[in-house]
Amino acid sequence: MEGKLEVRAIENGTVIDHIPSDCLFKIIKILDLENDPHRITFGTNLESKRMGSKAIIKINDRFCRQEEINRIAIVAPMAKVNIIKNFKVTEKRAVTIPETIRGFVRCANPKCITNNEPVETSFQVVRDGEQEIALRCRYCEKITHRQQIEIVK
Amino acid sequence: MGKKNLVSITDFTKDEILKIMELAARFEADPHRQVLAGKVIASLFFEPSTRTRLSFESAINRLGGRVIGFSEASNTSVSKGETFHDTITVISNYCDMIVMRHSIEGAARYASEISKVPVVNAGDGANQHPSQTLLDLYSIKKTQGTLDNIHIVMVGDLKYGRTVHSLLQALSFFNPTFTFVAPDELKMPDEYKLFLKEKGIAYTETGRIEEALPQADIVYMTRVQRERFSDPMEYERVKNVYILKNSLLEGTKDNMRILHPLPRVGEIATDVDSNPKAYYFQQTENGVYTRMAIISYLLGVAE
Repeated sequence: MEGKLEVRAIENGTVIDHIPSDCLFKIIKILDLENDPHRITFGTNLESKRMGSKAIIKINDRFCRQEEINRIAIVAPMAKVNIIKNFKVTEKRAVTIPETIRGFVRCANPKCITNNEPVETSFQVVRDGEQEIALRCRYCEKITHRQQIEIVK
Repeated sequence: MGKKNLVSITDFTKDEILKIMELAARFEADPHRQVLAGKVIASLFFEPSTRTRLSFESAINRLGGRVIGFSEASNTSVSKGETFHDTITVISNYCDMIVMRHSIEGAARYASEISKVPVVNAGDGANQHPSQTLLDLYSIKKTQGTLDNIHIVMVGDLKYGRTVHSLLQALSFFNPTFTFVAPDELKMPDEYKLFLKEKGIAYTETGRIEEALPQADIVYMTRVQRERFSDPMEYERVKNVYILKNSLLEGTKDNMRILHPLPRVGEIATDVDSNPKAYYFQQTENGVYTRMAIISYLLGVAE
């Protein structure tokens, strides 16, 4: 932790920390926070010793399911998720990268059927070099790199 | 066996590829067996491709099957705004198999999820064209006697050419050696080179065709298209470097054969056509036997 909290602590809920600053808005979309009625605080471009700059999301009274957390992995595999109860971290959840992704990511290939007909997208998660992951479209078989990931709702 | 499709070459195992080779050889020996009698096969060419369509339809007709379908989408309900989903759902009620070509990538995979009957992909944009790959393999098998340990030299557009990528994947079962001959702008993409490294398959890259030819068992030529180049000067510079001329064939192996998915537009000089090493026209005939094999295998009528 960075010592002083730049974003206020919450009593109960989910804290997603160590989000790369440039991924914050993608995660807001993935978790559909726009339509979430809970009290939510965001911080971005916060100082981080480890990452240089990071973002954080605190959602009061919502306990994210593992499946939701795993969706985050495709844009922020290094994110940390803490479940808070009574101001205490009761559970640290690792973000694990799922094998397949359905529905909420657009295929980067404009000639793909999913961008031309009403077809739900579906991807296999594949390695992209040493550290990175990428998505291989089930239909057009083209690769969508992590930087190209665009969230659709 | 449940419904079996051929959308991507990776849908077939090594054993299935070998099965298709064996069936194609049997159809070549006797191309008039009526194994498709009573079958109706839909030939849906949402995008025109006369050569591929006629090859499939010839295969079906020779085996006693009937063909329904269209050679372009303009006078079908697609032009009235019907979704692809509905078109495939309806047509799959009319036939025993769908053979389809579409300019949209992934269309055949999607069709295979909707259709009650098997789907054969006859090309989906720049993505897959697996019957071409199988006929390439059959041509290699016929001319070399085996698919194992072949040295194949791939020439031309190795970046965008879907035929070379699929052939590379399929040959990876058979311990090949590759030489890639391409201009800088059209080199084999890293993802395929990584795939070969992971499988321990040897490859080399060169810009000089004459260096590569003496080792080759198979020379696989492809078209270098002007529209692939961001710099037209670069196209003018390289286009003549990747032309196969008869004079270049001196000193090549006796068993060497030249393949090309066709159409060619000059990358093989016409003086090569009469050389016994030219095999690209026989290759198209092999396409009919290979398609007979694919269709009868997927329908479960190949004994």
